Amino acid sequence: MYDARPVYIVDGSRTPFLKASAPGPFAAADLALQAGRPLLARQTFNAEDLDEVILGCVGPEPDEANIGRIVSLRLGCGESTPAWTVARNCASGMQALDSAATNIALGRSELVLAGGTESMSHAPVLFSDKFVTWLSEWARAKSIGKKLSALGRLKPSSLAPVIGLLKGLKDPVVGFSMGQTTEKIAWNFGITREQMDFFAIRSHDRLAAAIDNNLFEGELVPIYDNRGNSYTEDDGVRRGSTIEKLAKLRPVFDKPAGRVTAGNSAQITDGASWLILASEEALKKYNLTPRGKIVDANWAGLDPTQMGLGPVHASTPILKNNKLKLDDVDYWEINEAFAGQVLGCLAAWESEEYCKENLELDNAMGSLNQERLNLDGGGISMGHPVGASGARIVLHALHVLERNNWDKAMATLCIGGGQGGAMLIERISKP
Amino acid sequence: MKNWTIEHQDGVCLLTLDKLDSSQNVLSSTIIEELSVAVDEIEAEKPRALIIASGKNNGFIAGADVSEFAKVESAEQAAQFVGGAHKVLDRIEAFSFPTVAMINGHCLGGGLELALACDYRVACNDPSIRLGLPEVMLGIHPGFGGTVRLLEQCGVPGAMDLMLSGRTVIPKVATKMGFIDQAVPMRQLRRTVDFMLSKRPPVRRAKGWQKWLNSGLTRGLMASVLQKKVAKRASKENYPAPYAVIQLWKEYGGDRNLMLREEQRSVCKLVTTPTSRNLVKVFFLQEHMKGLGKTDPSEGKFKRLHVVGAGVMGGDIASWGALKGLDVTIQDNNPEALARASNRAYELFKKKLRDPRLVQRAMDRFQPDTDGSGAKRADVIIEAIFENADAKSGLFQELEKIARPDAILASNTSSIPIETLSEALQTPSRMVGLHFFNPVAKMQLVEIVNGKKTDKEVSKRATQFANQIGRLPLPVKSSPGFLVNRILMPYLMEAVEMHKEGVPDAVIDKVATNFGMPMGPITLADTVGLDICKNVASNLNASFGGEMPETLLSKVEAGHLGKKSGQGFYIWEKGKPQKVKPSSDYQVAPDLEDRMVFRFLNETVACLSEGIVDSHTLADGGLIFGTGFAPFRGGPVNYILDEGVEKMHGKLETLHQKYGDRFKPAPGWESLGS
Repeated sequence: MYDARPVYIVDGSRTPFLKASAPGPFAAADLALQAGRPLLARQTFNAEDLDEVILGCVGPEPDEANIGRIVSLRLGCGESTPAWTVARNCASGMQALDSAATNIALGRSELVLAGGTESMSHAPVLFSDKFVTWLSEWARAKSIGKKLSALGRLKPSSLAPVIGLLKGLKDPVVGFSMGQTTEKIAWNFGITREQMDFFAIRSHDRLAAAIDNNLFEGELVPIYDNRGNSYTEDDGVRRGSTIEKLAKLRPVFDKPAGRVTAGNSAQITDGASWLILASEEALKKYNLTPRGKIVDANWAGLDPTQMGLGPVHASTPILKNNKLKLDDVDYWEINEAFAGQVLGCLAAWESEEYCKENLELDNAMGSLNQERLNLDGGGISMGHPVGASGARIVLHALHVLERNNWDKAMATLCIGGGQGGAMLIERISKP
Repeated sequence: MKNWTIEHQDGVCLLTLDKLDSSQNVLSSTIIEELSVAVDEIEAEKPRALIIASGKNNGFIAGADVSEFAKVESAEQAAQFVGGAHKVLDRIEAFSFPTVAMINGHCLGGGLELALACDYRVACNDPSIRLGLPEVMLGIHPGFGGTVRLLEQCGVPGAMDLMLSGRTVIPKVATKMGFIDQAVPMRQLRRTVDFMLSKRPPVRRAKGWQKWLNSGLTRGLMASVLQKKVAKRASKENYPAPYAVIQLWKEYGGDRNLMLREEQRSVCKLVTTPTSRNLVKVFFLQEHMKGLGKTDPSEGKFKRLHVVGAGVMGGDIASWGALKGLDVTIQDNNPEALARASNRAYELFKKKLRDPRLVQRAMDRFQPDTDGSGAKRADVIIEAIFENADAKSGLFQELEKIARPDAILASNTSSIPIETLSEALQTPSRMVGLHFFNPVAKMQLVEIVNGKKTDKEVSKRATQFANQIGRLPLPVKSSPGFLVNRILMPYLMEAVEMHKEGVPDAVIDKVATNFGMPMGPITLADTVGLDICKNVASNLNASFGGEMPETLLSKVEAGHLGKKSGQGFYIWEKGKPQKVKPSSDYQVAPDLEDRMVFRFLNETVACLSEGIVDSHTLADGGLIFGTGFAPFRGGPVNYILDEGVEKMHGKLETLHQKYGDRFKPAPGWESLGS
């Protein structure tokens, strides 16, 4: 709860979310730079006036150590503006917002640029440990004889590359891949393949309609590569897909009979998103009009093998603290890591048993109206650049509130490793 | 000694040049004489080592003193100066103790020749520092032993490349080429000099095939290869200097002492040629134009540029600004146009900056701006949208509302009077023209177009802006075509007329390039685009009379627009015009050159009498840097004066009799030269 000092949302932007094709045209820092430049250019203050820059990113490249600082300098925020990087896996972008909000609430900062970025298409391909061990032997072998003998010990199998992205998407503690956590939730709550596929198709349809109705105006900024291409739209959207088509896809994680397929999972995508957060003092100083307020945020931990239920665990305490029911919140963004995982969240709230056992509730939380959920698509259609999504869903929730004259929105996501994050925001109506 | 100081530290002699009353070090005759005195002293002292350094923090030595060089009247007088320099450099080279040049900044011409006489050269590795022997730019070649020593240091290909083209390189490249031993950060400059003195590595010399090329066996062959290469850029009659370097090496390259002696003779002969005289004038023209845009330290530098319109001109102006360190926003509502502009910017940065980190920094400064957010913060706003007065006026009205009150509002229009555009503004005096030429990265000139209401201070700031981004400002009156297009057009139209008469295009172009134009008028028209030529011509005809050639209209109608459409006067393949050689018995009419050149000259005189530019000097400068008018002729006005006003007027009169009123002498001829 940001009681000490209120935290305002001034503005925000994001890049189009681009389907990863390795390696994509943009590194993580490039995405954050291109999302940030037009955002800062349209402000009444200068980039140097920011007190700090906080950027969430799960997998910066080796030459992007403290990527937050790199982007801050490249954005022209100045040498004397400190900048840092946060990581909380899939919620890194939301963590950046929470860290910024905390610092503003505490009075440590007045004006902060915070967001997330991820270039999943730039995830590294690594040498295996066996090969690295061999390489160091090779380096130590000085004579021709020793080199030859080292060469003799090199096995073809050690040359097989390690795909960094797959490592990142597998829980190293419990040994579940992210998709398998959803298989478990589906099994627990009896969610069917058809329900998942229906959810996925609706996500694509909603995104297609949002693009056609120009609903991302003011939120999405065009970005440019060096080869003469501009990117102005989320390119993961599949128009006119049908249940029949999706039904043909094979399960990816639990073979051969699982329910989770590439079609009902989030896409591997590149993207970045930023918000500008401000204190009351900063609003006055730079004559800024606030658009929203961050009311509350919460983090929760749960069984890593059911990490997809994270949103339930993270947002329920916020509802309790603020004495809200599910439908007191006008709009929900639950990040679509997997269709089955979002549906699992809804099922958990509807389950008296789950609510009693896990959420310290006396009854079921209730049903969430899906006409107030992810109205313009989500991770399944748009993609889920892990570091960026947490900031994107907060920004987009604000846009949806503004569009509909609604007041409160919850943005929440599940986090690989068994956590959930949630942020409650309020629209500030224009005077 | 007033300019040199000698200090001794632990047996090491530090000889420092700090030219009196001057912001930079140049080698004048006094400085060479003083150096000789210093060398006497050092010879007597017999120090452990000698370091030659600069007392200026902005450079080592920028070359010989060009203003003094301009006053040399005879080859004999030149020989005295050159001979003195040779003697003193030979003595430095002959010192028994090690010598190092400590190069903290620009090291050019005579300055590099002095450094080459030392055993070692250690340079600061800042990429803004240039090194080279650019003497050919002034119609001469290195004359302080540089031809011999550079060849020894970096071999034939590298040395000839630098001396024949006059191009300069950064320290890192100079190290690779072999004439700088170490390029290090400024913080390590002195320590590295001391390191060289204590280690005393063998003195660097060209090795292997580069050395072998210098042998008598291959010199003749190599010389003819080099000559052919030079001939592609400059003819021997107009630009004798590079040919003289090749000749010198071909004949004497096998004998060091002989070549040193013959270098003096060759350079002294070149000093008094009209080409060198005129190129020196051009050098001063350039300095004069740079001076127009000088800023007082009290006046701030420009930091932010906003360009509206991401077409080729707008995009290229924006990328040039970013290259020169400005934070640039480029506004266009079409992301595809912005993407193309970004790509062109990237290619430019890659070519000019090479280092990927610098390229990224420049790209970060180049910001596509679909919303026009950059306008409110910009110091300078340049409009470069399509040529439509209403659209431009409307845009400026909007820009005036959001721009800072002290921001310069500039148009890159080539045809619309500034007065027309500024009418719509609350404060018309803030509007000025900044007319860049295509391609922006190559064309040095920017016309600073002053409307009747343009405030003097605004005009001055615009001039300073051009100077800050390394372009030459030319203040001109806002009159149709300004200076450059106004004068180019009659010349182009005469070429089109000849085309109509049946003169082969290749012949027309050849006559013009033989005169000294960088590109023939037919190729130029095709390159600029025939649609653009047509627009400029009709715009000029509306004000000054004249007929639109039928040929031009029909070509534009047929969609034959020149290079960009693949066909104009020429067929273009892979960016090159396919020139058809006329049959060997084709008789070139003797007056083709005069017809083209005199329309050019006559229009120049007209512009002078109309006060489009303030002086002969500026007309010459503008036309050399804006049209490439034969630099070795020193500009059109200089050319008329050199040839004699009366004689030239007579020739024009003859053309007038023969071809009619388009050759009618402009009003200014009588007062020319008086």
